[in-house]
Parts: sequence; structure tokens; C-alpha cells
Amino acid sequence: MMNLSRSVALISLFLLPLLSFSFSVDNPTDRRVLVLLDDLSLKSSHSIFFNTLKSRGFDLDFKLADDSKLALQRYGQYLYDGLIIFAPSTERLGGSLDSKSIADFVDSGRDLILSADTSASDLIRSIATECGVDFDEDSSAMVIDHTSFSVSDVDGDHTLIAADDLVKSDVILGKAKIEAPVLFRGVAHSLNPTNNLVFKVLSASPSAYSANPSSKLSSPPQLTGSAISLVSVLQARNNARVVISGSLQLFSDRLIRSGVQKAGSHNQYEKSGNEQFVTELSKWVFHERGHLKAGSLVHHRVGETDEPAIYRIKDDLEFSVEIYEWSGKSWEPYVANDVQVQFYMMSPYVLKTLSADKKGLFHTSFKVPDVYGVFQFKVEYEMLGYTTLSLSKQIPVRPYRHNEYERFIPTAYPYYGACFTTMAGFFVFSFVYLYHK
Amino acid sequence: MGGKSEPAKSESMATTTTSPDLINSSFFSFKSLKLKTKQQELLLRISILGLVYILAFIARLFSVLRYESMIHEFDPYFNYRTTLFLTEKGFYEFWNWFDSESWYPLGRIIGGTLYPGLMVTAALIYWALRFLRFFVHIREVCVLTAPFFASNTTLVAYFFGKEIWDTGAGLVAAVLIAICPGYISRSVAGSYDNEAVAIFALLLTFYLFVKAVNTGSLAWALASAFGYFYMVSAWGGYVFIINLVPLYVLVLLITGRYSMRLYIAYNCMYILGMLLAMQIRFVGFQHVQSGEHMGAMGVFLLMQVFYFLDWVKYQLNDTKLFQTFLRITVTSAIMVGGIALGLGTASGYISPWTGRFYSLLDPTYAKDHIPIIASVSEHQPTAWSSFMFDYHILLFLFPAGLYFCFKRLSDATIFIVMYGLTSLYFAGVMVRLILVATPAVCLISAIAVSATVKNLTSLLRTKQKVSQTGSTKGAGSSKASSKVTLDQSQPFQKNGAIALLVGVFYLLSRYAIHCTWVTSEAYSSPSIVLAARGAHGNRILFDDYREAYYWLRQNTPTDAKIMSWWDYGYQITAMGNRTVIVDNNTWNNTHIATVGRAMSSNEDEAYEIMRSLDVNYVLVVFGGVTGYSSDDINKFLWMVRIGGGVYPVIKEPEYLVNGEFRVDKGASPKMLNCLMYKLCYYRFGELTTEYGKPPGYDRARGVEIGNKDIKLEHLEEAYTTSNWIVRIYRVKPPTNRL
Repeated sequence: MMNLSRSVALISLFLLPLLSFSFSVDNPTDRRVLVLLDDLSLKSSHSIFFNTLKSRGFDLDFKLADDSKLALQRYGQYLYDGLIIFAPSTERLGGSLDSKSIADFVDSGRDLILSADTSASDLIRSIATECGVDFDEDSSAMVIDHTSFSVSDVDGDHTLIAADDLVKSDVILGKAKIEAPVLFRGVAHSLNPTNNLVFKVLSASPSAYSANPSSKLSSPPQLTGSAISLVSVLQARNNARVVISGSLQLFSDRLIRSGVQKAGSHNQYEKSGNEQFVTELSKWVFHERGHLKAGSLVHHRVGETDEPAIYRIKDDLEFSVEIYEWSGKSWEPYVANDVQVQFYMMSPYVLKTLSADKKGLFHTSFKVPDVYGVFQFKVEYEMLGYTTLSLSKQIPVRPYRHNEYERFIPTAYPYYGACFTTMAGFFVFSFVYLYHK
Repeated sequence: MGGKSEPAKSESMATTTTSPDLINSSFFSFKSLKLKTKQQELLLRISILGLVYILAFIARLFSVLRYESMIHEFDPYFNYRTTLFLTEKGFYEFWNWFDSESWYPLGRIIGGTLYPGLMVTAALIYWALRFLRFFVHIREVCVLTAPFFASNTTLVAYFFGKEIWDTGAGLVAAVLIAICPGYISRSVAGSYDNEAVAIFALLLTFYLFVKAVNTGSLAWALASAFGYFYMVSAWGGYVFIINLVPLYVLVLLITGRYSMRLYIAYNCMYILGMLLAMQIRFVGFQHVQSGEHMGAMGVFLLMQVFYFLDWVKYQLNDTKLFQTFLRITVTSAIMVGGIALGLGTASGYISPWTGRFYSLLDPTYAKDHIPIIASVSEHQPTAWSSFMFDYHILLFLFPAGLYFCFKRLSDATIFIVMYGLTSLYFAGVMVRLILVATPAVCLISAIAVSATVKNLTSLLRTKQKVSQTGSTKGAGSSKASSKVTLDQSQPFQKNGAIALLVGVFYLLSRYAIHCTWVTSEAYSSPSIVLAARGAHGNRILFDDYREAYYWLRQNTPTDAKIMSWWDYGYQITAMGNRTVIVDNNTWNNTHIATVGRAMSSNEDEAYEIMRSLDVNYVLVVFGGVTGYSSDDINKFLWMVRIGGGVYPVIKEPEYLVNGEFRVDKGASPKMLNCLMYKLCYYRFGELTTEYGKPPGYDRARGVEIGNKDIKLEHLEEAYTTSNWIVRIYRVKPPTNRL
């Protein structure tokens, strides 16, 4: 017994540097990824996607979704940095996992790729709902598009969509433009309108609708047009990232390899845009790109170096903050000309754009407004695809002290003179009045 | 034999020679004691005053004995905090203190928005004690400042009584004021508030001014200006002085009692007092610009016109010419004054009267226009019972004293009559102003007691002397002789006098008993620790407030912002050492209204408001478990009113059912879902408070609550004190994925 506990301790001691190496503030890219599958055959049918991940250094751990030994954390420590759920039909997860523990996983700042498919289970739907996405309630419904389907669609029910309405963000989808349409076959979802953190990456065309392709439409479909999202992402407030796809086939080798020609278009592509799309998206979701970090907010009076405990109104101050971007391997200086600082008390009194010096240092200087109170330096940087920077630092601003006002004002000299002559005159008068007979 | 008898004789001789010496000397000393009745009287007077001085101090120590040496109520905690700051950081830091811990995020310039008199006084006492090597804690000094100044007030009352009537009245006044509940209510140990020092300063200023008017001496006028300066530095009630004194001067002018003495006293006091008062940052230029101070300036100018007219009259020696001159000067002076006042007010140079001043003149004003003033319980109009409670027999002696004053009118008695009548009116308007009226009531009652007792005893004495010798009749006072002449018509006069004397002493002893009882029962509670009687008659203490504040101090981040109703602001900053959104210095009505709005909105709306104010914790006071009635639910309608005064989206009728405030099932839906209701009654539905009642029975209001299933979305319970009196909630950060 003693031996065992000692060996466990030894092992954990040995593992400690490894644990701290993976997924930390300094190294935000995920390392250990758990992949939950319906069926282990998916491992081979989606091998291209998994292999790109492996080649980028991810440590994939494939498990069946109903594996009874499934656990996300042990002794209060998460065992994985990322989670891929490719198990659209699983009704219950193995072990102690449920939709709440998946949500907790995301809330702890870890990332998730969730893919549904037609006839997605309630479990998958509830996880998606937690992330601000609602799948079509009709479990047999698919996205149908009679204008922008892929011509290779052999069934003729126009459910293989050739979608090219991608979000315009270099950060999420990489610098290289995805030329070929992305092939999609699966279920439609819509975004929760009250959630402003979730957004579409791949949207359906205006002519799409969601219905059961094998039966006739009896009533107008609930989801139509560009309200339908095919692939959505969510960046939570703690910068955890979630990808939700309505199609598992999107990631499959078959669609990645297949050529594509959009109906009504003459452009024929050798390969669909799927590979580039899923690779770039996985880079984004696992924090290989678009991750910013900021140093602390530094401020001081002009000509000083130490941070004061309190400012006085009309002080001149200098403000700076360092911002770095994670390139996947190292921290590079972030270059942008749109980072702003607010000097804020209930509303911004000063709003200034910071100038960057290409070494990651953003700085500016301004005068404290003529208002006292408890102010905050606020840097709120929310750019599409980038992690949110929300920094604030509280600093009180006091009015003048009693001896900081101007003492002798030149324009007041006549008044001083009048005052003193009156006093002298009064003295002389009293003297004369009292002692002059 | 002879040799033997000689020494014996000589011995006897010696004894006979020494014995007259002894007799002589003892006779002499006895005679000397008896002769110098003045000295005897002085000794008696000093010992009485000394006893009164001690009595006034110890009568106020009930609160320390019952509870502990602690600061009471709400405002004293701010005073204590500032005093602590003053003793630690020194005067200049105190003077320039910008407090970022209150009124977040606006902050408060403490140095410029308080009356520093109290803090400086306590700090001086503290430094003096330290200099004398008494190493006391500043808290003890603060706790005992009020009793100490109450003792000093008795001395001033003695001298004042002596000035307006005689030493007897002075002594009675000192005794009466030493134990008068109206004064004790604000000066028990621990009641470390501005009034503690201010009543002393007020009475001192009045005394010195009356002395100056009586003597016409510049020195006394100067002293009264300094007394006024101390009063201005201590309390906003100085406005009463600066309005009463000119009013008094005006009355003297109208009644033809204008004299050079008055001219010297008022002008010196006004000019120097004004210059000194302007040195207090909080007052500053208000003293020459605000409406409340204009009366004094007007009377000052009027005095000059009067003096000028006097001089012209003296120079002219022609009545007719003087009459026309008088008419022209008076009309032009009034016109110039009126135009100046009109222009000043129109241009905004002279600020109009403040709401508090208006509400004094018109008791209904605050109720209609300024809910923040009307919401304070001590600003309510006074009930008759509290007059009886605070004055007891003085209420009956006061008119009698007025009668004596009118019988012997002088400049001094006119002053005390005016002081008594005006302050009694103000006491009727606001409960807290009973305090200001107390010295006047005591002085006038003392005149009544002293004059009555004096008359009765002199009656007794003269009668005795009449029966013994008729010669002393002529030496007796005219009053006594007139009584003696009446003697024949009223045979039982002596008995009557004795009966009346006994009656007076019975009344006075009842007064003493009443005062002691009131002090120990009603006015010695610190209100921060609550006491109740248990089922077996034992005393139970609820120390929930301090429990909560110390929890905040030890368990929250140092920069946490606490939102609560403004009543608790001072205590949270002083005891919890945390930043508050609003506190008892109600200088910004909008900010308070924002908090009122948050409390009366539903949770989602309140969350937005709390986020915008960076609130981390919300603190509510709830009395449903203990039956403590002055909790936030009972204050809630004021929050609605004050919030609705600034934000019209909050409408008071929506929280009422048929004009009735309810928390049970019949309450309005808005009430059942507002933040305050939810925070007070969260998890209360599970609790059985009283045997035989359903769970969720609110003991403070005697009803079963209407919403037992309360779920909080944006807040979570952080701490609830042992008797549920204070409940603290943490404001959650926004949800991660939404």
C-alpha cells in the first residue's frame, strides 16, 4: 500500500512538468484532445482530419462515447485540453459525463468540437443548446437547397450542399482564401438570438431550407434561408472556443477528397474546400491562432516611472500596455492600430487609440480630465476571431490640495494693495483719532 | 500647701486664662464661618456645580455598562472613521482627504464636505491625553466626548442662567440640563455625533452674545464670535444662530431697545463670526451667498442705517426735517436692499434656500418634494408623546418660566424667550430639533423653579422673622413685605407655601426618576447591537451587524464594492473597510435613486444597474426572523419613492395593493419579484420562525410571505448572519457562454 502510494506520488512528480507544459497561460494551444466516437470506424473514415491534427502535435485519445470508463477529470484536474464529440447518435455518454459536465469543461476554458448529424440525439442537442445553438427540432430534417447543391449529389434530393458563404475572418479561417465550396450534408441549426457570443462560420444560401427530404412538405419549413447556420463557432467569455457543425460528413475523408461543382456554376474544383476549412477551423478552435495576451496596464505621470496611488485632476499621464499574439509556437508582438484605452467613470471621459511600436508595446499619453472620482483604465479589445482582451485597473483622481492652487495671481495685486492700504489707513486713523487732541 | 496650691492655682489660672482664648478662638472661627455667607454660598455653589458636572457625565454611561464601549448608530461611525484618519495622518491630510471608498465611483471630498469641529475636538483631547502619558485608544475618546461636552454644557447653562436671571436659576438650569432626556438622547456615551459638541457650542455662543449685549463689551462680543466659529465648525445647525441672533436684534430695534451695547455686540459678532465661519471649507462663501444667511446681513446693514439716522437726528435738531429724511432714507434703503436681493437671486449669486430650510418653515414641503429628507425618521414631525417623553415636567414649567420672563423683561430675558419660542416651533417640525430646544426649555423652566422656590422660601422666612422681630421687616425685600401685608387676609399662607414647596420638590424628584429611567431604557441602546427579552426574561443580544461587517472585512477582496441602502454606508466603510455605492452623506440624490431603482427592479434589470456600478456584493437588512422592524422591507417604499423621483419608470402604486403595502400572497406581482423582496426572502420559505405558524412566517410584519420559491439567477447567497438580520449576496459575473 505504501509502495503504491509512493509510486503514484513519484509518477505524478514525474508528470508534473508535463502537466504544466500543456495548455497554460503561456502556451495556450491545446495538447491533449479526447475524441468521442459513436463507432470506432469513424477513426478511419475521418482519418485525414485526425491525421492533420496528429501531425500538428496533438495527442488524440480515441474513446467510444459510451465507454463506461470515460472521465474528463481526475482528482479535480482535467485530463484533456480539448474535446471532439463525433457521436451524433449517442443518447448517453459513458462514465459520469453528461451535458452539464461538458458545459463545465468549456467553462473551465477548454475547447470543444461538436458535430451533429441527421437524427442527432437529445444529448447532442442539449450540449448545443448550452452553447447557444438550436438544432432543427424535426429529427429527420436536413438542409435542402435546390439552387446551390453540389452537382455530384447522386441522390438528387439536393441535400449535399455546396456552401461558400464563409465568415470573412483571416483569424478564423486562415490567410489563404478557401476557393472551393465546402460540401455539407446534415442538419440545420439556428443561433440563439439572445446570445451574442456565437456566430456563423458557414451559412446556408438564401434558398436553403430545412425539411425531411423523403417526405413532401406539408407546412412551411421552420428554418429557411440564411437564418440557417451550417457551422457555427462560439467564443465564450473565458475565451474557450466551441465549433458546432451540423454535419459529421463535413469532416469525412469522402467529402474532403471529392471534387465539387456548384449547381449553376461553371467552376469545377478538383477538391472540395472541406480539408482547408476543417484544418483552419481546428487551428482556430485549438488556439493555434488568434490568441492574444496582454501584460498588465502600466501608467504613470509624465516624467516619472512609478505608478502613483492616486492622480490629481489635470495631471499628464502616460499609459502603456503590452499585447502579444500566439503564433502557435511562440509569442509574437501584436500589430494593430485599433487598440483603444478608456479613462472610465460610469462613462468614458477619455477614449484614445493606442499607438503600437511593432514590438508589442501600445502606448499613449493624455491629460486627466477635470473631474474627480474613481476612474478605471479600461482596455476592451474585441475583434472577430481574436480572444477578448478585457483589462481594467482602478485609480482614484483627487481634486487639488489646499496648497496646490495658484497662490499669488498677478491680476489680484490691486486687491492685495487695497487690502493692505485699508489696514494701514485704519491703523493711522485710530492712532490719530485716539491721541490727537 | 501653698506651694502645692500655687501651681494648682496657676494651673487653674492658666486654664481660666486659656479657656476664654479657646472660646474666643472657636467663637471667632465659628463666627468667621457664619459671617462670610458669601463664601459659604460660593462653596455650596461650587460643590453643587461639581456634583452636577459629574452627574451629567455618569448619567450618560449607561450604554457603556449595558453593552460595551462602542460607537452608536450610523453617522457616528463616519465621525469615528474620520477622527481615526485625522489622528493617524494629521490635519493637512484630513483637510485634503479625498475618499475613494464611498460614493463609488464618484468619491467624496471628505475635507470639504464635513464639519470638522467634532473630529478636531476629539483629536485634541486624544493628543492632550497622550501628552499627559495617558495612552488611551482613540475609540474611548470618541465614546466619551459626548458625555464630557454634556458636562461642560451644564457649566455654560449655569452661567447663562446667572446672566439672564440669577445664580439660583443658573444652578437649577445646570441640574435640569444635566439629566434632561431631550439632550441625553444625543449625548450618551458612544453617540459620537456633531450634536454632542454642537449643543455646547450653541449655548456658549448664545451665552457670550447675551453677555456682550448686557455689557456692551467688545471682548465678550469677540468671544461670542469665536463661540460661533466653533459652532460653525461643529454642526450645520449654526444656521439657527445666524438667524436667531439677527431676529433678536430686529425685535430689540422694533421694541425701541436699540442701544450702543447692542450695536457693538452684534456688529462685532457678525463681522468676525462671518470671517471665521468662512474659514470652514464646507461653509465657505455660502456664508455671504446663500439665502439662509441673508437675514443676518440685512440686519447688519439695518443697524448701520439706524446708527446713521441716530447721528443725523443728533446733528439736525429739527424733528420735521428729520422725519422727511427718515422717510427718504428708509424707503431708499429698503429699495436698494430689495433690488440687490432680487438681482442676486436672479443672477444665481445668492443661492435660494435649501430643501432642509424650507422643510423647517413648511413642515409639508419635504413630504411633497424631497423624499430623501422625509424618509429619515428623525426628520418626521414630532409627536406629542415624545415632547412629554423628552421634557417631562419642563413642559409645564416652560410656560410658567415664560410668565416670569415677561414679568421681568430685559434684553437677556427677551433673548431667552425668543430662543425658547422659535426652537420649540422647530422642535415641533422635526423630532431631532427637540435637542436644540432643550437648553432653552431647561433655562426657562429653571427660571420658573428658581423664582417659585425663592418666593416661597422668602415667604416662609419673612413670616418667621415677623413673629420674632418686627425690625427686620424693613430690611426684607419689597416682595416679602407685600406678602406680609397680604398675610392677614390669607391665614394658611405658610402652610400653603410649605405644601407648594413639597409639591415642587416632588415634581423635581419625579423628573429625576423619569430622566434616569428614560436614559437607561430608551436612549442607551447603540442600535448596532440589538437587545431583546427572551422567553425567560433573560436578555438576548443580536450582534448581527458587526458579524456581517467583519465578514465583509475578512472575506471579500479589498476593492470589492458593496451595494446597500444608504443607511448602512457609513457602517460598512467604517467597520467593513469596503467601498460603498451610497452612504449616509446623502449629497447625490441621483446616485441614491439609482440604488433605489436597482432594489425595486426585477433581477435582470437590477443586474444591469449593478454591473454598471461594478457592484460585487449586495447587503440587505432583514428582520423577518427576529421581528426587527426597521429593516429594508419596511424601508422599501422609500426606496421606491426616491428611485421613482429620478427614474419615472419606477411607480409607487405598482408596489401597492389598494394603497396598502403587503408582502404576503396578496402583494402586487412587481413587489414579489423585485430584487429587495427576493434578497430578503431568499430561502426564507423553508424556515419556520415561530411555533404553530407555517414556514416562511415573517415575524416583523406578522404575515406568511407570498413568494416562497425564490430563485436567484445573477446573484448567489454569500453570507447570512446568525439571526438573519444581515444578508449578503455576491453578484455573479456574466454567464460564460451567453
